[in-house]
Amino acid sequence: MIKIDNLSKQYGDKVIFNDLSLTLNDGEILAILGPSGIGKTTLIKTLTGLEEAQSGSVVMDGQEFAISDPQFTSQIGLIFQDFNLFPHLTVQENIMLAPLTVKKMNRTDAEEKTNDLLAKLGLSEQATLYPYQLSGGQKQRVGIARALAMDPQVIAYDEPTSGLDEKATEQVVDVMLTLKKEGVSQIVVTHDLPFADKVADETFDFEQEVQR
Amino acid sequence: MENVMTFLPGILSGLQMTLGVFFITIIGSIPLGILASLAMKSPYFIVRWLVNGYIWIMRGTPLLLQLIFIYYGLAMVGVPFGRFEAAAFAFIINYAAYLAEIFRGGLQSVPQGQFDAAQVLGLSKMQTFFKVILPQVVKIVVPSFGNEVVNLVKDTSLIYVIGLGDILRAGSIAAARDVTLVPYLLVGAVYLLMTAVVTIILRGSEKRLNVWR
Repeated sequence: MIKIDNLSKQYGDKVIFNDLSLTLNDGEILAILGPSGIGKTTLIKTLTGLEEAQSGSVVMDGQEFAISDPQFTSQIGLIFQDFNLFPHLTVQENIMLAPLTVKKMNRTDAEEKTNDLLAKLGLSEQATLYPYQLSGGQKQRVGIARALAMDPQVIAYDEPTSGLDEKATEQVVDVMLTLKKEGVSQIVVTHDLPFADKVADETFDFEQEVQR
Repeated sequence: MENVMTFLPGILSGLQMTLGVFFITIIGSIPLGILASLAMKSPYFIVRWLVNGYIWIMRGTPLLLQLIFIYYGLAMVGVPFGRFEAAAFAFIINYAAYLAEIFRGGLQSVPQGQFDAAQVLGLSKMQTFFKVILPQVVKIVVPSFGNEVVNLVKDTSLIYVIGLGDILRAGSIAAARDVTLVPYLLVGAVYLLMTAVVTIILRGSEKRLNVWR
């Protein structure tokens, strides 16, 4: 279980959120809902360490951390809205980069792990392609595989269905539900309510539950 | 034809000098240019200020003047440089300034999302730079970099001013001695050959970098 408390973020005088609390149960999918521009992405960036918060603490596995503690933020994998795949690397290299450089995994193990992930996400045929050769849905899944390769406790998605057609959205739903079955905790930021209905165990309404 | 044989050795030894300055400039100015482009993004005002000043001076004055100043000027204040060392130093710091501006442009065109993605995956600043950012910058800057390299081929002819014997100087000497323009023709052909080689190499690397977009 991950419990976030007293999280506050402001840019200058503009308060994005104040004293926000959130609980994510193990293996659950939490959907964070609300209209565009309200600060949902800022929240997810704060959780992944891309933005600093003014205050906030988190309890993960019974241990307390500051919200920006790398020990916590490194446990959250992020799927970006526009994917941010590395254009100069093939699908396989995109996924292996962090395990090889950050975790110092040996190449054989990293390749094996990558191939498993590619098979699981239906991307085996795309392994040697470059990101520009992929469809939106495929890029999305490469982003998911890249995050999963670091074995995070939580996968966070920023608007995963924006720009995807119905079929690709269905695939994202399938992937998320499969990961859920495997016990991966997930947070998804979205304004796509039908999509949230399909995947979410819990919802968090940013507009109503957040003090500003 | 007999004529050609008499001035060929001079021109060949001049070519050696030209190529020496060319390669040492390439090798020295690329890392220095990268460092300067990174320093322009430094959080410290004083570092940015110094680097911008350096680039302003290097781009704002003629390379010929810089050569004279570094060789004769510094000798007068007690910092003697050998001729070749002075030429190498002047060319490296001059070209590094131009390359720094090119790299800075390349660095700016890599989207913030690339830095974010690397950070979320846990890559250090160094790993992010070398594994994610630099390869993308290289692809962006190859065409403008190529332009500078072609300029460099021709700029090497400026070293005559501090008494170094490059290929153009060898040509001039032969032309004056034999009262003929043929050595100049030959020198021109050699410059064309050098720029052709540079162009072919750069086109090749552009092509290789085009496997990804």
